[in-house]
Amino acid sequence: MQEMVGTTGLILNEPLLTERGRKGRCGISLPRRDVEYFPLDASIAGEGPNFPDLSEVEVVRHYTRLSTWNFGVDTGLYPLGSCTMKYNPKTNERQAALPGFAGAHPLLPASLSQGVLKMMYDLQGFLAELTCMDAVTLQPAAGAHGELAGMLIFHAYHQSKGAPRSKIIVPDTAHGTNPASAALCGYRPVNVQSNEQGVLSPETIAAVMDEETAGIMITNPNTLGLFEENIQQIAEIVHARGGLVYADGANMNAIMGIVGVGDIGVDVLHLNLHKTFSTPHGGGGPGSGPVCVKTYLEPFLPVPRVSEKDGRYFLSEDFPQSVGKLHGFYGHVGVMIRAYCYILSLGPELKKVSQLAVLNANYIKEKLKDTLHLPYDRPCMHECVFSDKNQEAEKVTTLDMVKRLIDYGFHPPTIYFPLVVHGAIMIEPTETESKEDLDVFIESFKNVVKDAKENPEMLHDAPRKPKLRRLDETSAARHPCLTC
Amino acid sequence: MKEINEMNLPENVLYSTDHEWSRVKDGKVRIGISDYAQDQLGEIVFIEVPEIGATFKKGDVFGTLESIKAVAEMLIPITCEVLAVNTDLEGSPELVNQDPYDKGWIIDVKPDDSSELNQLMNKDAYLEMLKGMGK
Repeated sequence: MQEMVGTTGLILNEPLLTERGRKGRCGISLPRRDVEYFPLDASIAGEGPNFPDLSEVEVVRHYTRLSTWNFGVDTGLYPLGSCTMKYNPKTNERQAALPGFAGAHPLLPASLSQGVLKMMYDLQGFLAELTCMDAVTLQPAAGAHGELAGMLIFHAYHQSKGAPRSKIIVPDTAHGTNPASAALCGYRPVNVQSNEQGVLSPETIAAVMDEETAGIMITNPNTLGLFEENIQQIAEIVHARGGLVYADGANMNAIMGIVGVGDIGVDVLHLNLHKTFSTPHGGGGPGSGPVCVKTYLEPFLPVPRVSEKDGRYFLSEDFPQSVGKLHGFYGHVGVMIRAYCYILSLGPELKKVSQLAVLNANYIKEKLKDTLHLPYDRPCMHECVFSDKNQEAEKVTTLDMVKRLIDYGFHPPTIYFPLVVHGAIMIEPTETESKEDLDVFIESFKNVVKDAKENPEMLHDAPRKPKLRRLDETSAARHPCLTC
Repeated sequence: MKEINEMNLPENVLYSTDHEWSRVKDGKVRIGISDYAQDQLGEIVFIEVPEIGATFKKGDVFGTLESIKAVAEMLIPITCEVLAVNTDLEGSPELVNQDPYDKGWIIDVKPDDSSELNQLMNKDAYLEMLKGMGK
């Protein structure tokens, strides 16, 4: 067997910056003042915050040491996948840092922002083409904000027909934010269950879809990593009773260039540029959740909209049926630049991204299905879902196994989600992992299962190798220590 | 996690299919979650309870339980009005894990129709249901 990735070695302790330094120490030399002295207004003058005085090397070592305690996608396989953060090519960071983009200010007039506006306008077109939708807003700040925008568009559409509706159908395999977004918009979410194959049955939707229901929110591929294969029939049922179909595109990484979302009955779709289109975001942002719609919903898109006339680009508010403004300025432009660059640098190869993502997930599923319990044994999309059912006899849980996986040098996958699988272990390797790395991951997981059988106690204590062992997640949740 | 035969299932409460228990005392009904439910959820870190005076129809969501694994909804076993809530749970949600049938009670209610209690399960029926699950 190959040498395992995980090992132990010397790691350096590091205190908080406030516990470091000495009064008078300095890490930066300011240039000589070259403007006239001007006293501060007394009302804003006073003692500054109590920052520590630090030298340059103290600061550099502080952050370098902290970084060695961390595990990230640049360190190794990170099976949380695009849901949290896939590997993002470095060129996209570089382009986003170009001075013309990085120095752009949202208060500059359109005449001085033509480059940024053209980038945004073109990106709208790329996303429309990639999804077979007709019009796009880049404004929403992230996925759930896109969902809210979609629900506001649903409402504006039904309102324009003179008959607002009160309910939204949300399946149990949709993203958890879907019912919340619907409820925030004043709709009552109606939960429906997926069938024994892990997808929605048209009959289930036919039974609940009525004239009071504004439409359905469907995550495709769903949170089990399965393609909702009945989506066209479901869309027909919903449309026949006057409803609209919303697709949560958070799992777009599986279907880029393969499924024309607009061609299978979807009316509104949001994308997560930070998941699928190359922005580092694990840890909280910033994100970007563009919303794509069909022509008949275009009048309701948020304003301002990026428009073009005679080769000049500008922001336009002139859309009277719009749901209004959703963001302080115009969304998170830095994320858009990365997506624009990602799409341009891959072009038709975007399809291959999805093919490899799906192939890698199926490879792991096939190789591990005799080791771990696989609740839905059928071809998956970009992620596969196992459970801890085979380990029940040893009283080893999902949490124990993924903690032990850390000792082997891998970040834990998503656990206890989706909720429809008891003790779920959701693995999303993404497109960038090589067969060699996948094989080491698979071998490591098999070893974890072997450890569980031979020495369950060791798993209850896992992990053993990192700087910090099993963290007390219960105390952290019950008594959070919030500092700033 | 516990085996089904290790579950603490007292005889003096009635169980619902959603794993809430109900215990009748002096015309009031005390409601909580079963040992099975707390064991499945794992360490509970936050509990959302209704306000006193709130009314629910059988099957309504009357509160939520948040554990380190998931957030679960609690469904009311009978149509009723809330008379009291266990305020100790706010600071000590672990009571539901440690003592689900006594100190970890969730709410006291006044039933609309006491005969609804007849539809709940006794210990033996509930145990049979648990044995049948996931098999």
